[in-house]
Parts: sequence; structure tokens; C-alpha cells
Amino acid sequence: MAIVKNDSVIENEWVTLDDESSIPESGTNVLVSLGRFKAERDSLIARNGGLGVLLVPGDAPEDLAEDIDRFSLIAVKFPAYTDGRGYSYGRVLRERYGYAGEMRAVGDVLRDQILYMHRCGFDAYELSDDDETALEKVRAALRDMTVYYQPTGDGRATAGSLRDRRRAVLDDATS
Amino acid sequence: MYRYDDFDRQLLAERTAQFRDQVARRISGELTEDQFKPLRLMNGVYLQLHAYMLRVAVPYGTMNGEQMRKLGYIARTYDKGYGHFTTRQNIQYNWPKLNEIPDALADLATVEMHAIQTSGNCIRNTTTDQYAGAAADEIEDPRPYCELIRQWSTFHPEFTYLPRKFKIAVTGSPNDRAAVRVHDIGLRMHKNDAGETGFEVIVGGGLGRTPFVGKTVRDFIGKNDLFSYLEAILRVYNRFGRRDNKYKARIKILVHEVGVDEIRRLVEEEWSKIRDGSLRVSDDEIAQYIAQFAPPAFEELQANDPEFERRKQAHPDFAAWVRSNVIAHKQPGYAIANISLKPIGGIPGDATADQMELVGDLADQYSFGDVRVTHEQNLVLPHVKKADLFALWAELNSALLATANLGFVTDIIACPGLDYCALATARSIPLSQRISERFGDLERQYDIGELKIKISGCINACGHHHVGHIGILGLDKRGKEFYQITLGGDASQDASIGKIAGAGFSEAEVVDAIEALITRYIDIRTVGERFIDTYRRVGMDPFKEVLYGDR
Amino acid sequence: MSLQVVTANRLDDGLAVFMTADDGWSTDLRDAVCAEDAPQAEALMARADTEKQQVTVVGPYLIDVAQEDGVLVPTKYREVLRTLGPSVRTDLGYQAG
Repeated sequence: MAIVKNDSVIENEWVTLDDESSIPESGTNVLVSLGRFKAERDSLIARNGGLGVLLVPGDAPEDLAEDIDRFSLIAVKFPAYTDGRGYSYGRVLRERYGYAGEMRAVGDVLRDQILYMHRCGFDAYELSDDDETALEKVRAALRDMTVYYQPTGDGRATAGSLRDRRRAVLDDATS
Repeated sequence: MYRYDDFDRQLLAERTAQFRDQVARRISGELTEDQFKPLRLMNGVYLQLHAYMLRVAVPYGTMNGEQMRKLGYIARTYDKGYGHFTTRQNIQYNWPKLNEIPDALADLATVEMHAIQTSGNCIRNTTTDQYAGAAADEIEDPRPYCELIRQWSTFHPEFTYLPRKFKIAVTGSPNDRAAVRVHDIGLRMHKNDAGETGFEVIVGGGLGRTPFVGKTVRDFIGKNDLFSYLEAILRVYNRFGRRDNKYKARIKILVHEVGVDEIRRLVEEEWSKIRDGSLRVSDDEIAQYIAQFAPPAFEELQANDPEFERRKQAHPDFAAWVRSNVIAHKQPGYAIANISLKPIGGIPGDATADQMELVGDLADQYSFGDVRVTHEQNLVLPHVKKADLFALWAELNSALLATANLGFVTDIIACPGLDYCALATARSIPLSQRISERFGDLERQYDIGELKIKISGCINACGHHHVGHIGILGLDKRGKEFYQITLGGDASQDASIGKIAGAGFSEAEVVDAIEALITRYIDIRTVGERFIDTYRRVGMDPFKEVLYGDR
Repeated sequence: MSLQVVTANRLDDGLAVFMTADDGWSTDLRDAVCAEDAPQAEALMARADTEKQQVTVVGPYLIDVAQEDGVLVPTKYREVLRTLGPSVRTDLGYQAG
């Protein structure tokens, strides 16, 4: 298992809590389910230490909107790579609610889906590979394409915007 | 026609390399079949009964002559000399080798063609009116919007792992030749009260196991807002479409289960948040795309060509072909020529490499290099001078491409069925061949009039049987093929889903059953009534009677 | 129980193949290794569905076959077609020779 973020393998500094286990002392970063966050919101945001939420398919990212700046990790679970709901969650969180912390894809995260995840706002990927393989896979995936048709929140220029820019330059040159 | 620019070409080159790498990783064992399957499907590679199958996209059914010739080259080089045009206006090859598919795709890329999203749970090839830009009844050419949809939907990062496949169709004409009411999203161009052209948005139509005619979620969406609106629909579907059962995963089931009002509420709410975002398309950008599809350099001609009229007098076969396969063009002196891929007794939609190359040449010679694929598995040369029709017909005729049966009883849609398909429960093609032979006589066909027979070899309904005037569904009953007949389906602007007539028929009985239905129709029709009109007037009972008597 | 053999499609060219006694694959059903009862069939499938076989074939499964005049033939029409080729193109597939 390895987590790749910003072109390197990172340590997991988060403790994933199930809904029953007690919340550790301050200082520890905890990752809780959306259900637990909603049930224990006040105590969770009052404690010291990083707060993260794990979204699973079926959860509503809208439930995080009010508190979006309190999270330093949102993990989105892909129980099977064929379940694409997490892509929408990623875009809603980044593009609608302006989430700026780490957004980590967990679960069945495979090399050939990483570019799509990245375009939907993910910046960390948990792969079931050794460190070196995971890093190589993420690097290769992000190199696959350089032309994109759709505008998303990832900031990449689309083919359409590049065409516009080129037309503007040509128009300037001829006017 | 749209021509790729350097961005499109770069994207395709990268995609071609990416798939080559995916195939290599599969063959080396790095990818398991489970991991590879969605990747190959996303690139149109199926595993069928006898071999792999490669489905190549023909975006909105439009090609140039060079592209058509390349399809012939692919058939000859990587397959067994033929291909099969599909109801999604695509083409599929039945015998490619996996380890050669990357080379075939590289060859296709040289003419700006590919297999992107011809399968998989993503947005599939957008289809439209095969007469776009030529039809006399058109409000506006839908192809610029189809091209914009193509770009928006190609490798859409959010919508590549949808609950199920997703199909969009567009019509620019009130006479719907694109079956928009039986698509996941159907877009019908029309003018609003202010005189602006926009789209009616129809959602949740579809065939398959549970057929539905789509419902209107919005009467009018302006062109600038089309893409944000599509994105809103797709996001609602991606989030809320069922994923627990693949047979209930299409958007039609969601629409059916929660109701169109709730879908509309969800879509409008989502759209209200993104409508002013970066998907809004400017008038300027739309104009760029409209310019790409500017009409070809038509000559100023008289509406009638005397030589053309003389040829019709002198050659009854030519006259018959004109009568059935040639359609009015918006430009005086021009016509739309349909090329039937339904020779009597032949395999619907199949074309040989030689035929494809010939059609490519004829497109260049007679139709401004423009050739179309229809969802009824035929081809079209959309811009032919009337004065050239005879020469065109003579060339088509010599290549067995001039069957004069467009829209008639032998112009049958049939899926590949059990002869090729791994999912099929019965054969479709042999049945279509026998029906075609039974009704092969042209005079008899013309007497019967417009009649759409559609045959599927399993309940997935790739042969569109639910919307056939007469639909036939092939099933397996204790190891034997048998066929269920539906009546009253219609894919046009008056869309309806056919009703099951009753118990199925054995392979030996079914052609007689079809003939009995047609005989009954001829007996009871009134002047000018098509089969579907008669059915609508009299209902199922008179037809049931000839099928089952007192049974 | 009917006799059974394991069939699959070959990874590189996709052609229908049948598992042989040495865990290899043949395009000819007559070369196939036969299971006579459920435990044997299960054992055959286990040999066909390994990680190693995955780089040779795709989607192995059991089919029912019968001896007819001393030759193995599939009992289901779908599988008969796979041993022959499309019924509408007798010039193609194994039936073409």
C-alpha cells in the first residue's frame, strides 16, 4: 500500500476510525465516516488535531459544505473502480465548495483511472502497490494525455480555450 | 465537415499510444482480464463468440471519402474483407486480433478515426439525422452541436464510469430520423416563441429489456446553455443512477422510478449552480463550428434536369431506385442518394472492403466527399447532382449496392445475433434473410409500402425490435431458437413501443407469421395507410387473429 | 451429468479454443480433455482459471458436450456455432477449413 501525492510517496498520517472506536486524544489526525461526522460534529471540530472525512458512494458531499474549511483530508472511496460516483464528489467539493485540502482516492484505485481522478480534483492516490511501483504508475498515468476537451477545476487549459487564445492572437496580428 | 486541428490530432495520437500500452500490459500479464476489460471496452474491443470484435466510431455518422476507403482498408488488412455498419452509425469488424488492433487504430488515426467510447459505461457516439445539412425539412444543421458534444463527451473525466452506457441523439428536423425519443438523452431542435433555435431535452428513453419513450425535462434550452445542461443531467445520473443491478442502471429506470418531475428538479437545481460556468458556449464559438459545416459549393441549378427525367423513362430499374432511395435535397438540382446495405437475401449492414472503397470514391466524385451512415444500417451520399444520379446508380448497381428498397419491408434492421454475438439467445441474420427473400419482389414491396421490420437476437434489443412496426425478438426456448413478434413500435417523432402479439413462433413458422400479418394489413388498410397507421387504427386484435386464430 | 470440456477465447487472436489434457489449448474440440462428473469438471476449471492461464486465454467456462459417432460435439447450438463459425458465412471460421 502506498499513497502518492505531489509526485512523491507520502506517509499516512491519519488514523481511520470506525463508527464505534473512541476518538483519540488531541494531536492525532482522525478520519471518520460522514455519518460519524454528522453525529459528532461539535466534538470533532472542537478537538485539536486534523479532521478528515471519508465519503463512500451514496454520501452527499453537500453535507460537508458548511464546514469545508475545517477538513484537511477528504478521502473518497472507490469500492470498485467501476463505481464512478466519486468523480462527481470530487468536482463538487473542489469546484462548488472550494475545498482546498488533500483529496485522496482510496479503495480500488488503478493506474488507468488516475488521470480522470486528477482532473476531478484528486491530489492523492492510495494504491495497493509498493512505493516505487505506485509512484511510477501515478507518474505514467498523469503523462498519458496532454490535450483535454472539458473544463474542470483542475486548471488545465482545454483545447477550446487554447483555440480561442490562438484565434485572438491571429486576429490581433491581422488587425 | 469538421476537420481535426492539431489539438484533436494530438489527443488522438496520445490515445492511440495509450491503448497500445494497455494492450501490451494485458498481453504481458500486468493487467488481469478483469482490469483490462473496461479499458478495451472503452476502446470498442469486445470478445464475441468466434473472435474479438472492434467497433470503430463514425461520429454522428459522417465521414469523408478517404475515411470510408480507410474502413475498407482496415477490413482487408486486419479482418476478413468486410465490416458491419451498426444502428449507432458505427462500423464493427468481426475478426481482428488483439495484438494487431493497436496497428489498426494507428492506421485509422491517420484519417482522424478511432474507436473511442464505442463501448463501455460512458457517453457513446452521438447520433443524428443522416440527412443533416441536406434535408429539405431541416430547421438547422445539427452537426455543429454534435461535434461540440463529441468533444465535450470524449474522455470526460467525471463521466467515464457511469452506472451504464449513455447514448445521445440529436435531430434538427421535425421529422425525426434519429430516434431521439428512445435515447438516454434526445435533443430536438426547434424555435421558441422569440424565434431563437434551441433544443427540447428528452430524457430516459431507451430500448433494451425495459423500453421507454423518453420524457421531456425541458421544452427549450438555448444553444449557449446546452453543454452545462447536459453536464447537469449526467451528474445527476452519475450520482443517483442505480448501480446495484446492471439491468436497472440506465437513466430510463431512474426517470421511471423517481419520476420525471423529480429528475427535472434535480437537474434544474444542479444546472442552476453550473450554468454560468465555463461550459457556457459563446455565440462566437458556435459560429466557428457552424462555419466548419458550411454547405459545400453547390452549383446554381434548375430544380429539374431533363436528362435525368429521360434516363428514368428509359431505365425502369433506375426509376425504381430513384423512387425509393432518392430523397429531396434543400438545394435545387441536387438530391440525397441512399445506398441500401440490404440486398435481397443479404446480411443487413454488411459491406465488403471493395464496396467501402467504391463508396468512398463515389462520395468524392459525386457528393463533395461526404458520406453518411444511417442508424438503419444503410449509407447515404447526401449531396448528389440530379444530373449525376444515373451514373452514380450504374456504379452502385455494378457493385450490388443499388437495391431499391429503402424504408420497405426488406430494409430490415438486424443485430448480429447468435451468429456472432456472445450475448445473443437466437440468430437474427438468417431470419432477416428469409424475410427479405420472401418479399424480395420489388412491386410487392412497393405495394406493401413503408414497413419497418426490426430484429433483435436477445432482450438487449440492439436490433431495435421495440420500435419496429413489426418487431421480432429471438429467444432461446429449451435449446431451440424461437421468435416473439411485437407490433406497433415506431422510432419516429410519433415514437411508441411495440406490444407483444402473443406466444412466440419457431424458426420454421415465423416468416409465414410475418406474411400473414402483412396480408391482413393489405386486406384492411384504407387508401394511403401505412402498416403502422392501420395498426393504430384497428389495434392488435385483427392481427392477433391471423396469427393465432381462436388460440 | 453430461460430459463437459473447458472452452475459452485465446488472448492474442480471440479465437475459440478448448483445453487439452496437458493444460494447453486447441482450436479443435476433438483435442479437448473431457470431464465425466462434477468433481472432474471443477478440477478442470481450476486448471483453466489460473493466473498463468490468464496470459493465454480469456474467460474459460465449461460447456456440455456429447459423443456423436465417436466425436465430441457441443450440445448447445451457441457452442456448435463456436466450433464452426457464423451460420450465415460458411466461408469463414473453423467450418471453412
